[in-house]
Parts: sequence; structure tokens; C-alpha cells
Amino acid sequence: MYSSKIKVTLRKSILDPQGKAVEHSLQSLGFKNIIDTRIGKFVELKIDTKSEEEAQLITDEVCKKLLANQVMEDYEFEVVRVNGK
Amino acid sequence: MSKAKFGVVVFPGSNCDHDAYNTLKHILMQDTEFLWHKESSIGDRNVIIVPGGFSYGDYLRCGAIARFSPVMKDVIRHASSGGVVIGICNGFQILCESGLLPGALLRNESLKFVCRNVTLNIENKNTIFTSAYNGNGNVKPGKMVVPVAHGDGNYICDNDTLKMLNDNQQVVFRYEDNPNGAMDDIAGIMNKQGNVLGMMPHPERASEGIVGGSDGKYLFESVINSLN
Repeated sequence: MYSSKIKVTLRKSILDPQGKAVEHSLQSLGFKNIIDTRIGKFVELKIDTKSEEEAQLITDEVCKKLLANQVMEDYEFEVVRVNGK
Repeated sequence: MSKAKFGVVVFPGSNCDHDAYNTLKHILMQDTEFLWHKESSIGDRNVIIVPGGFSYGDYLRCGAIARFSPVMKDVIRHASSGGVVIGICNGFQILCESGLLPGALLRNESLKFVCRNVTLNIENKNTIFTSAYNGNGNVKPGKMVVPVAHGDGNYICDNDTLKMLNDNQQVVFRYEDNPNGAMDDIAGIMNKQGNVLGMMPHPERASEGIVGGSDGKYLFESVINSLN
């Protein structure tokens, strides 16, 4: 069994107003050296397969199909082997 | 007898489906039926309304899950063969997610949900969605006043797509006073063929005087005229 840990974030070129609001809040808390804040989503999948390559392919496919909208979002993921039943 | 047969799609979480139904059935006296999202066919319906709301709780992204519901397969087939589809608010988000319209809708620049009347400039009056605005009715010439009610209406697309939208006159409506940060003040667009419209404002919620305005009903009248 494999576990995929997926991060979906707004594309770099797109203004992230939620990140900006949090950044301003952090700065007003005194964290003056925080100069950029981006907010995204974290998705974790458990994939019942014996092949790491298949787990990679499945993860990439579901990211493209559903988890990320590539018009506005980028995704990255890592796949690790986990103990399953 | 009008040739228009409207189908209003209902997802779990739709909340403007009844506004659309009321406008079409009781104000414009059209043959109108609801289409439950689990149906695999749109049957004999020839104009599909994908209504506003929060389909599937807006989980993951607005419209991302609704786009894969059974009825949408047939809606996509209908649109691809030239059938009329109108996506309003959440419906616009669903049409973008499904690839029937280009671009995507981001969180409003202000991060606030906006709910108020807006004035739209009708950028293209030669469409099946806007022809009845040609000097008819009691609207301000070239404009319509309709409500918006959304948290994610900030339209975005890449520069090539934006150029294509502008060059082909696919931008149907622009905000006079942009409420959400949308690129180029875009409030509504259609596909290149001109049979699929998506817009964030709600014409179905401004179609009789008792709700504060009737500018919205001319949009549906335009579609009805185009089919008859």
C-alpha cells in the first residue's frame, strides 16, 4: 500500500487574497520578516497497490482530473510506501 | 406554442433552481421541468439551466464535483451538439470546471461574499441570450441591473484565452463597477459557437417587479425567441 501526500496551491502568477490577508495579520503580530504567504490544500490518499509506479500514475491522474484545476492551480505530491492490511 | 423546453438541473446544494423554475414556468409560461443530478439523460429538454447554489457543498472547489454528476455527461453532449446551456453563478463555475467554457472562478479579491445589485454592460447584443435587449423593455439602454451573490466570482483565464474571448465577442456581460476583481470586468461569457453562456449575476432572480427588477427576464425571452 502507498500513501500519496498532495499539495494543491494557486499558481504563482495568481494573487492569493487569502494568503495576503494572513500575511498582513502575521505582520501585525510582529512577524515583520514574513514577506510572502500562500495558502493551499493538502490531500492524502491511500492507494491499494503493490507498485510505486502505479501509485504515482494514479495520483497524477486524479490530480489532473479532479483535485487541481490547472487553469488556476499547481499541484505536487510525494508517494511513500506504508504498511497496509 | 413556444418550442423551448427548459430543464433546470438540481444538484444537492442548488438553491436558485426554484428561482429559475419560477421565472420560466410562472412568469414566462414556458414548458419547464427539473432535472435531478442523478438522471443520465436530459430527455426532451432543449434549453438547460445549470443554476446557482452550493452544489456538493462547494467541496474541493466550486463546481468541481458537480461536473462529474451523471446528468452533466448528457448536458455536455447537448452543448457539444449545439444545444443551449446557461450556467448561472455556481452553474457558471460548473461549466468552467467541465470545460464547456474557458477559464475559472477564483475567490473574490475582497475575500468577502458579495450580495447586491450590479449594473452590467451588455457587450454583445447579437447573441441568442441578449437579442431581446435591443431596445425592448424597461431596461437602461445597453445595460441590465441584476443581483450578484457569490464568494467565488473572480473570473480568470490566461492571456491567449482573454484575447480570444475579446476578439470573438464572447464576453457577453461586463460589470460597470467590478464587485469581485474579475479580469477585464468580465461578468459573463459564452463559448465560441454561441450556444453556451456562463454568468455570475442572477437574471432569474430579477425577472418580476415584485423582487425589485425585471431586467433579467429578457435574457430568457431572447433564448425563447431564438428557438421559435
